[in-house]
Amino acid sequence: MMNSVVEVAALRVVRGGRPVIDGLDLVIGAGVTGLLGPSGCGKSTLLRSIVGVQRVAGGTVTVLGEPAGSGPLRDRVGYQTQSSSVYDDLSVLENLRFFARVLGLPPSAAHDALLAVDLARHGDDVAGRLSGGQRSRVGLAVALLGTPALLVLDEPTVGLDPVLRRDLWALFHRIAEQGTAVLVSSHVMDEAERCDTLLLMREGRIIAHGPPADIKAAQGVADIESAFLALVEEGRR
Amino acid sequence: MTPRVTLAIAVRVLTQLRRDHRTLAMLLVLPCLLQALLWWIFQDTPLVFDRIGPALLAIFPFFVMFLVTSITTLRERSGGTLERLFTMPMGRLDFLVGYALAFGAVAAVQAALAAGVAVGLLDLDLRGPDALLVVVGVVDAVLGTALGLFVSAFARTEFQAVQFLPAVVVPQILLCGLIVPRERLPRVLESVADVLPLTWAVDAMEHLATTTRTGEVWRDVGIVVGFALAALALGAATLRRRTD
Ligand SMILES: Nc1ncnc2c1ncn2[C@@H]1O[C@H](COP(=O)(O)OP(=O)(O)O)[C@@H](O)[C@H]1O
Ligand SMILES: [Mg+2]
Repeated sequence: MMNSVVEVAALRVVRGGRPVIDGLDLVIGAGVTGLLGPSGCGKSTLLRSIVGVQRVAGGTVTVLGEPAGSGPLRDRVGYQTQSSSVYDDLSVLENLRFFARVLGLPPSAAHDALLAVDLARHGDDVAGRLSGGQRSRVGLAVALLGTPALLVLDEPTVGLDPVLRRDLWALFHRIAEQGTAVLVSSHVMDEAERCDTLLLMREGRIIAHGPPADIKAAQGVADIESAFLALVEEGRR
Repeated sequence: MTPRVTLAIAVRVLTQLRRDHRTLAMLLVLPCLLQALLWWIFQDTPLVFDRIGPALLAIFPFFVMFLVTSITTLRERSGGTLERLFTMPMGRLDFLVGYALAFGAVAAVQAALAAGVAVGLLDLDLRGPDALLVVVGVVDAVLGTALGLFVSAFARTEFQAVQFLPAVVVPQILLCGLIVPRERLPRVLESVADVLPLTWAVDAMEHLATTTRTGEVWRDVGIVVGFALAALALGAATLRRRTD
């Protein structure tokens, strides 16, 4: 197994005239990695840099040994933006078949992805009429097409009920067990415990990186929220 | 550009349209109804209908395709689907040409319907070949699509996209020769009209109405195609894989 899937070096991103990320170094490996931090801290900006749709002002992002967003990666990285990024006026299957065609996959790939997210009974439903959780899973199914080596999901669990969230995290782990590295962002701190590796982000910087248990132990606290607060205090001193 | 991807996008846009009955009606039925309304308005002055009827056959496809395309592509930008497509093996031209193909196909049906109604039911007096009327309608609609794709880059909301109608489309309608024949416009306005694409689409329709010769029509079609290609090139320039 390759132990570094994503390598970020000296990354600098300016948005709206303001540096959002200023000199970030980071290595992400296999398993389920959670990118956690408050709204506006730069999670989406970092994920967009990793999938190669963010204009960057400096530094390098390397994914699976290739420059982020380069040709060889286009069918090896699955991405779901912060919105579910599917066509609301198409049925679930029409959405999947379209993206499968763009990826050069056979129509059967659409069906496989549908089964993976447990939406087989909703294939003919129009995406816009599904519940939030179902739409999020359609977006996830599109990202899963063709079994990518890296899956990048921007806040896929936000606003969902706890049962759905638990199920989705279980799905992320099943996907990771089959060899796909999974990178998931969230601004909800209590999702931290569900990750193999945690990246805590604040104001464009990664303030902690490691297994949740290690981060808590290092700060001598019982939960990630307290660890986050302790780290912020530490940074102030 | 990959033909597989271009075609996938064209087919997907058409599938979306098929599901959206209201937009489909606006694209196909509304131009015919408006044409009929005008015929009725000028019932007692048929010469006027014969003069402005051809111009309207050029204006409707341009107008509705511009509107529909600018809104649909804006939705792709704001809904995240464009961003997702850019992480996939899709080139900018696949996207632009896919849209142009889909709306070009709809335009062919629209032009055939509108021309059929105008010539067949409303007795619009036309000298040139009917088939050429459809050709002009299609390039005209593709022009509207290409311009719509281009301006959608400058709008962040659907409300802003609609604002391009009065800004970009209405001046062209006023100057294209519909209200005052182009050669009777003040000098400066005539020169302005000469560099606006819709003028040439209307010019093509007017030649079709008044002469059996097709040379000028093909020249106008060439000019409109040139404008459409330029708009597509501008659209490609504003469509970026990496954005701020
Ligand atoms: N399109 C944009 N133009 C300008 N600034 C932006 C844009 N999108 C986000 N930003 C700014 O970049 C910062 C980080 O945003 P983002 O990466 O979306 O954060 P998060 O995903 O963690 O909520 C925020 O301060 C936000 O205001
Ligand atoms: Mg975000």
